[in-house]
Parts: sequence; C-alpha cells; structure tokens
Amino acid sequence: MISIPNTLKISFRALRVNKMRSSLTMLGIIIGVGAVIAMLAIGTGASEQVSKQIASMGSNLIVILPGSTTSGGIRMGAGTTPTLTSHDADAIEKECPAVAEVAPVLNGVAQVVYGSQNWSTGVVGTTPEMLSVRDWPLQSGRNFTDQDIRSAAKFCLLGKTVADNLFGELDPVGQIIRIKNAPFTVIGILASKGQSPTGHDQDDTVYIPVTTAQKKIFGTSFPGMVRSIMIKARGPEYLEEAEAQIKELLRQRHRIGPRQDNDFTIRNLTQMMQAAEQSAKVMTLLLGAIASVSLLVGGIGIMNIMLVSVTERTREIGIRLAVGAKSWDIRLQFIIEALTLSLIGGLAGIILGVSGSGLLSHFAGWKTIVSPLSILLAFGFSGLVGIFFGFYPAYKASLLNPIDALRYE
Amino acid sequence: MFLIETKGLNKIYDLGESKVHALNEVNIGIAPGEFVAVMGPSGSGKSTFMNVIGCLDEPTSGNYLLEGRDIGGLSRDQLAEIRNAKIGFVFQGFNLLPRTSALENVELPMLYMNIPTREREERARAALRMLGLEGREHHHPNQLSGGQQQRVAIARALVNNAPLVLADEPTGNLDTKTSIEIMELIVKLNEEAKITVVLVTHEPDIAQYSKRIIRFKDGEVVSDEAIKKIQSSESNRATNDQYT
Repeated sequence: MISIPNTLKISFRALRVNKMRSSLTMLGIIIGVGAVIAMLAIGTGASEQVSKQIASMGSNLIVILPGSTTSGGIRMGAGTTPTLTSHDADAIEKECPAVAEVAPVLNGVAQVVYGSQNWSTGVVGTTPEMLSVRDWPLQSGRNFTDQDIRSAAKFCLLGKTVADNLFGELDPVGQIIRIKNAPFTVIGILASKGQSPTGHDQDDTVYIPVTTAQKKIFGTSFPGMVRSIMIKARGPEYLEEAEAQIKELLRQRHRIGPRQDNDFTIRNLTQMMQAAEQSAKVMTLLLGAIASVSLLVGGIGIMNIMLVSVTERTREIGIRLAVGAKSWDIRLQFIIEALTLSLIGGLAGIILGVSGSGLLSHFAGWKTIVSPLSILLAFGFSGLVGIFFGFYPAYKASLLNPIDALRYE
Repeated sequence: MFLIETKGLNKIYDLGESKVHALNEVNIGIAPGEFVAVMGPSGSGKSTFMNVIGCLDEPTSGNYLLEGRDIGGLSRDQLAEIRNAKIGFVFQGFNLLPRTSALENVELPMLYMNIPTREREERARAALRMLGLEGREHHHPNQLSGGQQQRVAIARALVNNAPLVLADEPTGNLDTKTSIEIMELIVKLNEEAKITVVLVTHEPDIAQYSKRIIRFKDGEVVSDEAIKKIQSSESNRATNDQYT
C-alpha cells in the first residue's frame, strides 16, 4: 500500500498542474468558510450585545407603572395618572414573598451645577435598594442609608457621564453640587453601565433619596407619590409568581373592584429582553445556516472538478493499476486531492472570515465576535466537505478497469 | 515447472445478440527464461491472451497458473499485488506518467510496495543506468525521444525484479533503427538476466528476435513452434551489432 506522504506528493503535483482550476475550486471553499465564520461572528456579536444590555438592565426586573387615565373616551397611556406611592413599594417588599428587592422611583429632568459647569440630566429619587435591583455597583464612595431616606438628606450618587461632565478629572466624592439650586453632597459615583437596550445612556443620571425628590425637588400631587416602582424577583423562576402577587396586592391596596381595570401596569423587562436574546441566537443560527449553503456549493464544486480530473486522468489511473496500485491506493490519492483542496481553501477561508469580521466591525461598526469554536467548526466542516464530495470521484476512479483505462485516449 | 501455464483457457465476450470467443481452449506452457512471440492478425485473441496472462483480465473458464499458482478467483487487489511483484509491462504507447520525471516513473511500482524513499531512488537510478539513461533521470517524458521513453518503460518493468516481462507491440511507435535497439535490449535482458519475455507483435521481423512463436487465429492457437533462425534475421543481427 502506498504511504500518505507519497500520496500527498502526488496530489500536490496534480493540483499544481492545473493551478487556475485548483484555485478556482478552492475559492468556493474559501468563500464558504469565510462566510460561515463572518456570519457566526456577526450573530455572536449581536447576541452578546443583547445579553450585555440585559445584564445592564438588572436581572429579574419587574417595573410597575401607574395606569392610564381615560378622559372623554380617550385613553392617555401608561403612567398618565399618578397612582403609586412609596407605601405601595414598602408593602410589596413586605408582603410579596417572590420579591427580593423593591426601589420606588420619582424622576424628572433637572439642571445640575458644579462651579462653572452645568449639565441637564435625569434625576432619580429612589432608595438604597435601587443599586441591587439594577445590579449596579458603585465605583467609589458609598450608597444611601435608610437614615438618609428617612431624613430626606441632600445626598446624591452621580452616574459616570454626569461626573465626567461636571468634574472632569476631579474626584467628585465629598463635593457639593446644586440640583435645582438646592445643594447636594456627592457621596458616591456609580460604575459605568453603558447603553440601555434602547440606546439610552444609562450613566447620564443622578440618584437622590426618594424623600428628598418628593419634598424638595419635584414635589408630589399627593403625599408619597412615585412615578414607578422597580422590583427584583428572587430569581427567573419567580418572575410570574412575583407578578401575580404584586397584582393581587396592588388591587387590594388601590381598592379596585372585581370588574374594574387595574390602575397600574406591570412590565416584565427581563422576559422581553430574553425574547430579544433568543431571536438574536436564532439569527446567528440562520446566518450560519445560510453561509453553510455556500460551503456546500463549494463542496459540489470540488466534486465536479474531481470528476473531471478522474476522467482526464483515466490513462494515468490505468498505468498505476497496471503496475500494482490497489483500489485503496487510487481512492486515497483522489480523496487526499479533494481534501487538500478543501483544507487549503478552509485555511484561506479562516483568514478571509476573521479579517472580514474585523473589517466589518471597523467600518460598519457592527460588533463581531470570532469564536475559536466557529473557526474549528468551519475548518472541520470544510474537511468533511472534502472527504464527502471527494469520495464518489475517488470511488469511481478506483473501480476503473485497468485494460479500458490504459486504452483510454 | 512452467512459469506460465494455461489449461483450457476460454474468454467469451457477451455482446448481447452474439457471443465472441476471444480465446478458445488455449493450452500453453511457458518455461522460465523463454522468449516467446505471440502473433496473429487483429481480433485473433492475442491481446486478450496477453491481458489474461498479465493478470489484467480474468478468463471466462479454464485455469491460468502463474508460477504454479492459480490466479482464478483472486480479488482485484490480489491481482494488483501479483502484477506488482511478478509482471513488468512494456506497452506500445510507452504509458509513462506525463509531467513526471523518468526517475519517478521508474519508482512508480515500488511506490505501491511501500519501499523506503532512499532504496526506491537507488534502485530506480540503477535501472535507468542499466538501460543507458544515466543523466536523464530528471527529464520528463516529453523531453525524451521515443526510444528513450520506451527504455524508461522497460526500466519500470524491471525495477521490481519481476520474473516476467510482457511486451505489447513495444516497437509499434518507433522507427526501424530505434526498434532494433529496443529489441536488442530485450534480447539481452532475456539472455543475460534470464527474464522470461512474452512479446505480442504482428511484425514478423520483430518476432524473429524471439525463440518461439505462438500464432493465434480466431481465439485458437494455430501454431506453436521454436524458431529456426533465418537469413533475414541473421542480417538484422549483423546490423544491430553496430548499435550495441
């Protein structure tokens, strides 16, 4: 039996003889492998981004918004009637076992001033629990305490964007800024969280105690009013339970009759985001599948060329058979030839795919992630394509009758 | 013992409506060291006979014994092994691999025996040297003359030390002068290396180099006789001496 190195030598020579044909055949595989890698990189990048944004929202998050008003038959949309209070928040925390943490929110836009710098930003009145509800660590300083809330202290936490705009290189902790002309001491800086899934800069915010917001900054139409309540469930499996418990509790507290609509809306953001994440994954799969089709087409190209090659080289096969080549020797020769085409094509395709993904993220600004697994997958797949599509021509060659093959013109 | 022995060899091609008896009850024995010419008009069955004794084709019925071993019923790969070890082929059209050096063409049979690279190269070089092709090892077939190509083919036939060389019209594509050179070479191989040669030809002049002529007609052996050296052959020999 012939050895593999000798077979490789024969195959390389045969491929060199038809350089143009060999490289065009490889091109099919190069494009196929390159497409698979680039498409998977785009898909993985997209779903990674979605996952990151979900994580930045805080996990297992439920948001309660006040209900809509109906004025003259026209419904005004969620949040138009202030119905929620800090007491609702307290009650939810106490009475809903599926709920881990609760943070009321009273927010608005305000001008914040430090020295000669000023910046318009979203000011959020809330409680210390906010940071754990949103999985938002502090970069420096400290969180509010319950005492700060009770005393409506004039303390604030700055988002990264606000801190950068007001203080630049300076350390803001301990400094005093003015929010709607009231002086606030900066007690902490929030770590950077980046964009929200909707593209909103989450770091462009200032947190103050909810009581301070109610009494001194935004005012309320009735005591203890908040705009929304953010809730963290105990875990992903408690989300629905928590929703049901909250609904039950709030209907009771707001004295809503059995046939009346809720005066609040419960939104489960995590579920929404998980659906987005799922669709991103499906998209990755779809992109990969479409790209695989081009790899398959490349494989058919290999088979086509190998069949032509077997016919062209019938006489050569006849000579080899006459001097003692066995069926397996002939089969091996053509399979290795096909495999060489597909693997060299695969390697070049990896280079194309990786650099293509790099160019895409550089010029189109798409986030792409080339995972080692996708490279391995594409390369392995191209090898399989080579063996699969090389096998039939090789098999055909090995079955040639030496007498007929020698006579072939 | 015979090197080649056929017993009641039949080869029938079924062409649907008619059947062609390419070989009809052929009984032949060839002893080691013989030089036999097989002659006959085209369609006489001489090529079929060559294919069968070359283990390229199997008879429809009858037995073919090579070195006493019946090759009937052997698999494709077993036949390939026998061809590799026992038989050297020399064809009319040379049948060298194109775009492949003389050296690598000669190495080809050893490639399928998995002989180490160094030994392969040494033996191929020695075979080429013996056939006067020293210095042409790296020439490709298209850079060699017809006679040189046929000598490369003979080197390939000899390199595995096969006891039997089958030559199918080895001079058919060569001019007279080169034909004489090649035939002289084959005679020398037969006489000095004791290699058994079976030669297929339709040229009486070429057949005269052998020691025994078997004539085929319509698939049957019509004559099988030892050669009496005749005048023309003698004169041929005289001319040939100039080239050897």
